[in-house]
Amino acid sequence: MTIASDEPQVASIAAPSVLPGKRRRTSRLTRNRWGYAYVAPFFVLFACFSLYPFLYTAWISLHDVDLGDVDGAQWVGLANYSDLLSNEFFWNAARNTLTIGVLSTVPQLAMALGLAHLLNYSLRGRTFFRVAMLLPYATSIAAATLVFGQLFGRDYGLINAGLEAVGFDRVDWEGGSWSSQLAISVIVIWRWTGYNALIYLAAMQAIPEDLYEAAALDGASKWKQFLHVTVPGLRPTILFTIVVSTIGAVQLFGEPLLFSGNGTTNGGSSNQYQTLGLLMYDQGWTNFHLGQAAATAWAMFLIILVVVGGWALLARCRARAER
Amino acid sequence: MTVLRKSRAALGVGLAVALLATGCGGSDAEDDGRITLNVGLFGTFGFEEAGLYDEYMELNPDIRIEETSVERSADYYRTLQTRLAANSGLADVQGIEIGFVADLTENHADAFVDFAALDGADETLGHFYDWKVEPATSEDGRVIGLGTDAGPEGMCYRRDLFEQAGLPTDRDELSALWADWDGYLELGRRYAAAPGRAEGTSFVDSPASIFSAAVYQGEFAYADEDGQPIPDTSDGVQAAWEDASAAAEEGLTAGLTQFGDEWNSAFANGGFATVACPAWMLGYITSQAGDDASGQWDVATLPGGSTNWGGSWLGVPESAEHREEAIARVQWLTAPEQQIKMFTREAHFPSSRVAAEDPEVSGATNEYFNGAPVGQIFGQAAAELRFTPISRYDTQIQEAFSSALTNVATQDTSPDDAFDEAMTEIEDIVG
Repeated sequence: MTIASDEPQVASIAAPSVLPGKRRRTSRLTRNRWGYAYVAPFFVLFACFSLYPFLYTAWISLHDVDLGDVDGAQWVGLANYSDLLSNEFFWNAARNTLTIGVLSTVPQLAMALGLAHLLNYSLRGRTFFRVAMLLPYATSIAAATLVFGQLFGRDYGLINAGLEAVGFDRVDWEGGSWSSQLAISVIVIWRWTGYNALIYLAAMQAIPEDLYEAAALDGASKWKQFLHVTVPGLRPTILFTIVVSTIGAVQLFGEPLLFSGNGTTNGGSSNQYQTLGLLMYDQGWTNFHLGQAAATAWAMFLIILVVVGGWALLARCRARAER
Repeated sequence: MTVLRKSRAALGVGLAVALLATGCGGSDAEDDGRITLNVGLFGTFGFEEAGLYDEYMELNPDIRIEETSVERSADYYRTLQTRLAANSGLADVQGIEIGFVADLTENHADAFVDFAALDGADETLGHFYDWKVEPATSEDGRVIGLGTDAGPEGMCYRRDLFEQAGLPTDRDELSALWADWDGYLELGRRYAAAPGRAEGTSFVDSPASIFSAAVYQGEFAYADEDGQPIPDTSDGVQAAWEDASAAAEEGLTAGLTQFGDEWNSAFANGGFATVACPAWMLGYITSQAGDDASGQWDVATLPGGSTNWGGSWLGVPESAEHREEAIARVQWLTAPEQQIKMFTREAHFPSSRVAAEDPEVSGATNEYFNGAPVGQIFGQAAAELRFTPISRYDTQIQEAFSSALTNVATQDTSPDDAFDEAMTEIEDIVG
C-alpha cells in the first residue's frame, strides 16, 4: 500500500468552497486569482512529478531501453507489451498480486468494519484505542516488515517456535508459496486495518442517532441494526476503502521486497511472492530492462483502471437498482 | 546565510524545506577555503573507521573529506546508474563493486577517469594483482578504478561441531581432505551420518556457498571472454551445479539464504558447520556469531582451488568537481601502505600484491578463528588466483542459480527441474 492511496480523500477535503462575494464585472480568472494561486503549487508539482513521469514512462515502454544506456533507446513499438503477455513471470506476478490482494484486503476491511463498530460504542478510554489502532499505519513499512520477517523465520522465528510448542510442524513461511503470501498478507492487514477502521468510524458517527432509535423501537437487535442501519449508511465509505485498498494491493511492493530479508528482488526462490510492483523493480533495476519495466508499470495502471472502474460500475448498478 | 537571516521567516522556512527536499545539506556553509571532496560509497569500506581520512586531511590541510554511504551495494548501484544516465549528482570519488564493475566498464567507461592514461600509471597499477586490474579494464584498455580490498576465499568451519561429529579438526588435515569438492562432499556425508552430530545442525549453510565458490574455479563462470553470458555452456557452471545440487539433494545443507535473517541467526546458534568464506566474511562471522563462539571457528583452504568473492574499486568520475584532488586521494588510499593499514586495522584483505606480501599481512593470524594464519591462507589464495571473465549479469545469474538450489534443498525440487527453472529465469534476466 502506498501513501499516494489516500490522495482522493485529501483532495476532496481540501477543495476550497467558493465564498459568496460581491459581483464584479471582472473575468472569472481575476476574481478567483487567489483560488488559482492556492491550487497552483499542487498542479505544478503534479505536472513535474506525476504527469511528466507518467507520460515519459509510456514513451519508455515503447522502446528497448537498457538502464546502463538510456540514450541508446531503440523504438520497438508495442513489443514490450506483447512480450509481457507471453512472459510467464508476468502472469505469475499477476496471480500472486491477486491472491495476496484478496488475502489481505478482504479480512482487513471486514475486521476494520467490526473494530469501528465496537469503537463506536462509548467505551472507557476509547481515545486510547483509536490512537493505538492508528499506530501500525504510522510505523514504517521497512521496520514492520523486518520485524515480521524475523517473526516468520523458519528456524529461529517466534511463530514457528510457538507452533512447535503446541505440537505443530514448523512452516517454511518464506519458502512456501501459500505460506509466504499469507505472511505478507498478515503484514498488510496489520498495517492497514486500523486506518480503515478510523475511516469507517468517522462515517459511522455521521449516521443519525434517530435511525438507531427507530430501529430499536421496531425491535431490531444490535446485529440487525449493524446490518440494516450501519452498513447501508457506510456504503459510499466502504466503496472508497475498497477502491483505495485495491489500488494499494495492485501496487504492493515494499512488503514483498523486504520480506526476503537479503535484498533480492525476485520475490522468493520460486518467485512465489513476487508481485507486479516487485516484478517491475526487478526488471528495471536488477535486470536493467527499463522498457520492459515501463510496460509492466503501464499494465499495472491499466489493471487498476479496469478494477476500479469495475467497482464504480458495480456501485452505480447497485444504487440504481435500489432507487 | 546572511540572506537567510534577513529574509522573512516564512521565506526562510520555505527555503529550508526546499533545501531539505533537494538534499542540499549546506556543505559549503563553513567556508574556510578548504576543498570538500565528496565520496560516495556503500556498505563498510572502513576508511573512516581505520582513520585514513583523518590521516589524509592531516597531510593535506586544504582538503576535507565527506563520505556518504549507502548500506546495500545494490541500492547504491541503482542510484549510481541513474546519476550516470543523467550525468549529474556524481560524487568526486565513487565506490565500484565487483557486482557491477562489468556494467561500468562496458557502458560507462568514458564517464570515469582512466588511471592507465595518467602519469606514472605503471607505478600506480603495478603493485596490484593482475586479476584485480583486469575486471576494471574496459575493452579499449581504460582502467576505471583502483582496487581497494579483495575477497580470496577459504573454507571456514566450526571446530566444536566437527569434533562432536567425529571429524578431524586440524586445518591442514582438512585442507588436504577437501582438496577438491568431492572430498568436501565426502566429509559432508560423514558429518550427516555421524551419530554424535549436534542435533539440528547441517554440514554447510547453503548450496549457494558451494556453487558460488566453485563456479569461478572453472575456466569460464557465467561469461565468455567478451563478457557475454554463457551460463548454459560454461564448464564452471556445470561442475559447480553438480556439486552444489548433490549437496542440496542429499540434505547436507541447511538450505539457508545467505545474508538473510535466518542465516545471521544460524551463526549465533551454531546451525551449520562450514561456510565458504572470503577474507571479508571473517569480520561478518565474528560479529554474527558473537563472543561465545570465539575460538570455535577456524579457516582452511577452499576445496577445488582458489577463487575470489567480492572486492571493490574507487573510481573518479570525469565530471568530478575536484577531479585532480580526487585522483590523488584515490591513489593514496589504494597504495600498498594504506592497504596494509586497512588489513591490520579493519581486516580488509589487500588487492595489492605488494601489500599482501608484506610481513604485516602475510604473517597475520586471527585469534577469533583459533589463531588461524589468515594472512598466509588468503595470501596464498590471492597469489594463485587467475582472472575469470565476468559479465554485467553475473550477480543476477548467480542469484537465479542460488534460488534454484534453495528449491532443491528446501522444496524437494529435482535438480534437473531446478536447473531448467534457473535457465528460464536467466533467459528472462539476460533478455
